[in-house]
Amino acid sequence: MSQAQAATPRRPIECGVPDAKQYMHPTLVKNFGNWKYHDRPRPGVLHHVSHSGEEVWTVRAGTQRQMDVYTIRKLCDIADQFAEGHVRFTIRSNIEYIVADEKKVAPLIEALEKSGFPVGGTGNSITMVAHTQGWLHCDIPGTDASGVVKSMMDQLYEEFKREEMPNRVHISTSCCEINCGGQADIAVIIQHTKPPVINHDLVANVCERPAVVARCPVAAIRPALVNGKPSLEVDEKKCVCCGACFPPCPPMQINDPEHSKLAIWVGGKNANARGKPTFMKMVAAGLPNNPPRWPEVNEVVGRILHTYKADARPWERMADWIERIGWPRFFEKTGLPFTKYLIDDWRGARANLNASTHIRF
Amino acid sequence: MAKEMHETPNLDELESGPWPSFVTGLKRLAKDKGYMVDLLGQLETSYKTRKGYWKGGTVSVFGYGGGVIPRFTELKDENGEPAFPEAAEFHTLRIMPPPGMHYNTDILRKFCDIWERHGSGLIALHGQSGDIMLQGCTTENVQKAWDEINVLGFDLGGAGPAVRTSMSCCGAARCEQSCYNEPEAHRVVINNFLDDIHRPALPYKFKFKFSGCPNDCMNSIQRADMAVIGTWRDNMQTDEALAKKWFAKHGMNELVNDVVARCPTKAIQLKEVKDVKAGDSISAVAVSDTHCLEIDNRDCVRCMHCINVMTGALAPGKDRGAAILVGGKRTLKIGDLMGTLIVPFMKLDTDEDREKLVELGKTMLDFFADNALEHERTGEMIERIGLVAFLEGIGLEVDPNMVSQPRTNPYVRMDGWDEEVAKINAKQNA
Repeated sequence: MSQAQAATPRRPIECGVPDAKQYMHPTLVKNFGNWKYHDRPRPGVLHHVSHSGEEVWTVRAGTQRQMDVYTIRKLCDIADQFAEGHVRFTIRSNIEYIVADEKKVAPLIEALEKSGFPVGGTGNSITMVAHTQGWLHCDIPGTDASGVVKSMMDQLYEEFKREEMPNRVHISTSCCEINCGGQADIAVIIQHTKPPVINHDLVANVCERPAVVARCPVAAIRPALVNGKPSLEVDEKKCVCCGACFPPCPPMQINDPEHSKLAIWVGGKNANARGKPTFMKMVAAGLPNNPPRWPEVNEVVGRILHTYKADARPWERMADWIERIGWPRFFEKTGLPFTKYLIDDWRGARANLNASTHIRF
Repeated sequence: MAKEMHETPNLDELESGPWPSFVTGLKRLAKDKGYMVDLLGQLETSYKTRKGYWKGGTVSVFGYGGGVIPRFTELKDENGEPAFPEAAEFHTLRIMPPPGMHYNTDILRKFCDIWERHGSGLIALHGQSGDIMLQGCTTENVQKAWDEINVLGFDLGGAGPAVRTSMSCCGAARCEQSCYNEPEAHRVVINNFLDDIHRPALPYKFKFKFSGCPNDCMNSIQRADMAVIGTWRDNMQTDEALAKKWFAKHGMNELVNDVVARCPTKAIQLKEVKDVKAGDSISAVAVSDTHCLEIDNRDCVRCMHCINVMTGALAPGKDRGAAILVGGKRTLKIGDLMGTLIVPFMKLDTDEDREKLVELGKTMLDFFADNALEHERTGEMIERIGLVAFLEGIGLEVDPNMVSQPRTNPYVRMDGWDEEVAKINAKQNA
């Protein structure tokens, strides 16, 4: 045991969330709560004007989210040399540099792009993908996160740097059906297709069996004696392969290199703008989990985005666009097959059926 | 070079292409750290086999129960020893960020220095719950890293069945659409629940999120057990100079098709200047010498669309505050749940106002702790017991804003109807 461990450990200072004002750009502190309007002089740049007449320019750039200290120091060097030493991060892992002098904007953009950080992600662009941990760090991942996102953003790079989509596009990826990546215009999520494979030798020692039984959303798991050992069994006809039993009971292996597929969902929107917030809907499935670049997934995502870009009107988010053209036309235009598995049969499913004669021909 | 690199043909492919590469970053760290050489070895194995190899465990810092995500490798050789021994432990420290995720370079550099000394040098900015995630640390070094970070004025975030790390938007710091002091509300609320963050003892996780307006940039309605979303009660503000400037640039087609026609409740109309109505609930602004936008604020649901399009020309009113929604969450286990409105409006201007928000959070969390089943989120609990039972449990009155429509079936015991009507009448006459 090292000396540090042998000594009495330090009690934590339970300080909680720090005050953000100590890190904020001084012009933001000065004009806090007093902003009048903003515009976007070019993609990747926001210009905010205060009632006091003061202005700030924000330059937004994409990052890889999972950053080594050398990358973060590089971003800091750029902040110190070309901006005013203050940055913030967006919910989608973009970095924002805030400057009070318009003349600093162009050199800052040049420095960022020269160092490999694309400037963009504002307004009606395709911004950075919200994602999870994947094989790098998660204990239950069916796929990777950072790698999927890297391959996706390589493909969408130009759309990140432009503002040419009908409205903003938020994408997320998730390595299991818990969907930590979250609701989005397009979401890529693992969809298991086979029930868990149970290692009966380990269940009794590793899993709290009643808790695992309670986790199952379709009551397909029951306690059982297997080879004389207390274990669990799954009614495979009932099982919906959601993977909810796997985190509390790792011997119920749900991940399968071949049969854990990727599904694509569209039309999630959290803003209240125009219609109420919406959940995303599954539109494609059965795509192979194919590292290192997941080309089949990227092909479908690209196809949906291309169709949306060509067909949606200004300010229509993915959900708004589909609401106008209707689902039959969505599947027709994207060329995606509408199969029986896309008809909801979960609780509340009837609300998702067409209870009208509203039909587009 | 600390150690010879493993072959990583799959990961190498993620170094090409224009987007910043996390693999290039991992390799840069591996130049100095054998720890990261082995991490790359395990990750490459995952890319080959399409399997994950981390399992959880128990690692924490002195005095806290949560905040560290333990990871031990399950990738073993034929003798049961870790195949990549240096990276056999790869724990994460979750650190709560400042509201709005503002930093200066000095504090970021300090984080880098500490994490380079004690950890892998890999930092995720930020995790999906908003944490600064210091990823990759041995069990031995967790306490050392934590001791140095804590004295910088940062604290561990939530994990497990606990109040979780929160997020708030940029808000009043830079956004004209901000309807309350988001960073202050975020900080005051969360710092009143530190015990529930650091010592997980709830039925399941509980998340607060703070968005300054109904654009809900923090995605709180779909993710937070308690979402605080800014809104306003009075008439929308207008600015004629900015409205005319917008119209001069965008013209009639965009005004009609992108602004007027997209109003979800038809509260906004385009009128000739001479026909504009006056009235207590009307906001009107000329876009040209002949035409004017007229908004009947009683019909407006504060969706933000027209304000988003014509920023500054149209703006939220002056009587600002927040709406509270509860029970948002994603799929597992009963399916997606959107947050439900339970407080249509509360002021959040003063410390006293924010104290009321904290009290509401405490009442809700107490009810959750007492009534939720194990591994049940607030939204699932409300689904099970009904919204009315929840409201009665936390002492809130019903309000027609809470429903999208009244019930459409007769299956309810209603022998208390007269009593409820009498209560409402008594209150109105009081």
